[in-house]
Amino acid sequence: MEGKKFKKYKMYLKMVTSSLLRRRSRMIVALLAIIIGATILSGMITVYYDIPRQMGSEMRSYGANLVLIPSGEGMTADDVNEAKKYFPTSGEVVGIAAYRYSTGKINEQPFMVAGTEFDAVKKVSPFWHVTGSYPSASGEILIGQDVAELLHVLTGDIVTLYGNAGDSSIYSADLRISGIVKTGGTEEGFIYMTLSDLEGLIGGTGKIDAAECSIVATASEIDTAAAEIAARVPAVSAYPVKKVTSSEQAVLSKLTSLVLLVTIVVLILTMICVSTTMMAVVAERRREIGLKKAIGASNRNIIVEFLGENIFLGGLGGAFGILFGFLFAQAVSMNVFSRGITFQPLLIPVTLAASVVITVAACLLPVRNAAEVDPAIVLRGE
Amino acid sequence: MNVLELKNISKIYGSLKALSEIDLVVKKGEWLAIMGPSGSGKTTMMNIIGCLDKPSSGSVILDGKDIAKENAAGLTAIRRDKIGLIFQQFHLVNYLTALENVMVAQYYHSMPDEAEALQALEKVGLKDRAKHLPAQLSGGEQQRVCIARALINSPMLILADEPTGNLDEANEGIVMDLLQGLHDDGSTVIVVTHDPEVAEKAQRTVILEHGRIARIIENSSAEKADET
Repeated sequence: MEGKKFKKYKMYLKMVTSSLLRRRSRMIVALLAIIIGATILSGMITVYYDIPRQMGSEMRSYGANLVLIPSGEGMTADDVNEAKKYFPTSGEVVGIAAYRYSTGKINEQPFMVAGTEFDAVKKVSPFWHVTGSYPSASGEILIGQDVAELLHVLTGDIVTLYGNAGDSSIYSADLRISGIVKTGGTEEGFIYMTLSDLEGLIGGTGKIDAAECSIVATASEIDTAAAEIAARVPAVSAYPVKKVTSSEQAVLSKLTSLVLLVTIVVLILTMICVSTTMMAVVAERRREIGLKKAIGASNRNIIVEFLGENIFLGGLGGAFGILFGFLFAQAVSMNVFSRGITFQPLLIPVTLAASVVITVAACLLPVRNAAEVDPAIVLRGE
Repeated sequence: MNVLELKNISKIYGSLKALSEIDLVVKKGEWLAIMGPSGSGKTTMMNIIGCLDKPSSGSVILDGKDIAKENAAGLTAIRRDKIGLIFQQFHLVNYLTALENVMVAQYYHSMPDEAEALQALEKVGLKDRAKHLPAQLSGGEQQRVCIARALINSPMLILADEPTGNLDEANEGIVMDLLQGLHDDGSTVIVVTHDPEVAEKAQRTVILEHGRIARIIENSSAEKADET
């Protein structure tokens, strides 16, 4: 007997699914409105959450945001490694470029000579524009644009550098120019070589005069790290590069505020769009509502049926919205930052819930109004 | 036993008096026709009897209860439990099959039962069209689905508003035979019509004019049919 009896809820599901599937063209219009809304919403939220990460990485291309220098007698690689322990744990360390400085002369012209590791320089100062190439072998140097102009030399030329070897003797070395660097800054007046080459010329190993650090972190995190290093590593003084960290923070906060504002505006527009569509859908079904009321449906019956349809529509629209929203955010990220975006799993419940709530809320008022209609008037076609 | 009693009912829309001091008694198992020209108050009377509207004054006693005192939810419950409505323009839910349209009435009333709904469709000769959508049915077939839906919950009163108004002659005959069958089975049937041939089938015909009962005709041919 049980098998023959249609359970009420089965009939309810039948009515809800039939309404959606057999009125396909109407349903697609409503679904499209919900999908567009959910797509933009989930896409904007993804962009909003990913902007700090994207911008943080982007801003790292503007150079170091923390500089370590000796606080007293001298600083070694070990001291730098010790200081590194106090870097912000949340942020990625893009690179640490250690420098040792000296002076030298070419053709009687004095220049600053810096020894460093170029692999680290490429990470910390990606804005350096090098004509030729970075030194890749011993005996090669990279010279600044100003140096090149002063000496009238080109990439591939050999120059003789001489200077104080440290033990009061004078060194002299023939060095090949592998590249000329342009930065628009003081770097253009320097001669760069590998740290080991410079140590070979002036003596003393393991000493470092400065370490430029590029860390993905906020200005306040950098400040905290600097204070921590000053307190815990006596040989090192740490200085945040205010110009970079504070402007990075200002740009970030303005951008996130802008995206948040756009997200809120889009959310409101989505609600209006879905509400309007739902109102049209409900208005179109006034006669059906009147008929159901005439044959005995209560207002509650009508509202529950529409709720079922809209929960289904909202869920389906939300699911599509999550997928399309991610693709939308990915496209935005690729175009603006040239980087992929990370998927936020939290977006699944948030978008689904927002989509269902917006759809249900959008249809509740028109359905409540429609449920109040006088069946006699509707059935007469008025 | 009286199924329906209208006691001095009037219906006023603004300055228009659609119904004026109507008194009428309908007995259990009776077939009554309500006739009249356009604007005579037929539809208003049908709406009041069908619990789709309330009178401005007077009382409407249906199964011993004054429905004039009910609110909208109460009227809905009475429509659901006691009245089977048949409309001129069929009015089926267009995304549900014939069978599902019948089962909807069961769903709102109590419990959907596919077998019972199929029996009702069989009674109106549409068992083989049970899985068809309204758009796939002819006008006559749609009206027969309406009749199956109206009788599925065994209402105490079947109320038909111009049930043959949109049908050709052949389908009109089928629908009238179905109504005759319902009456023969003991159902109380009230038909609102402007067609004298339809009204003739009833035992009594109430003629409305200007919102008043002009006369009531005892239909002898119907009585003869009953006697046979």
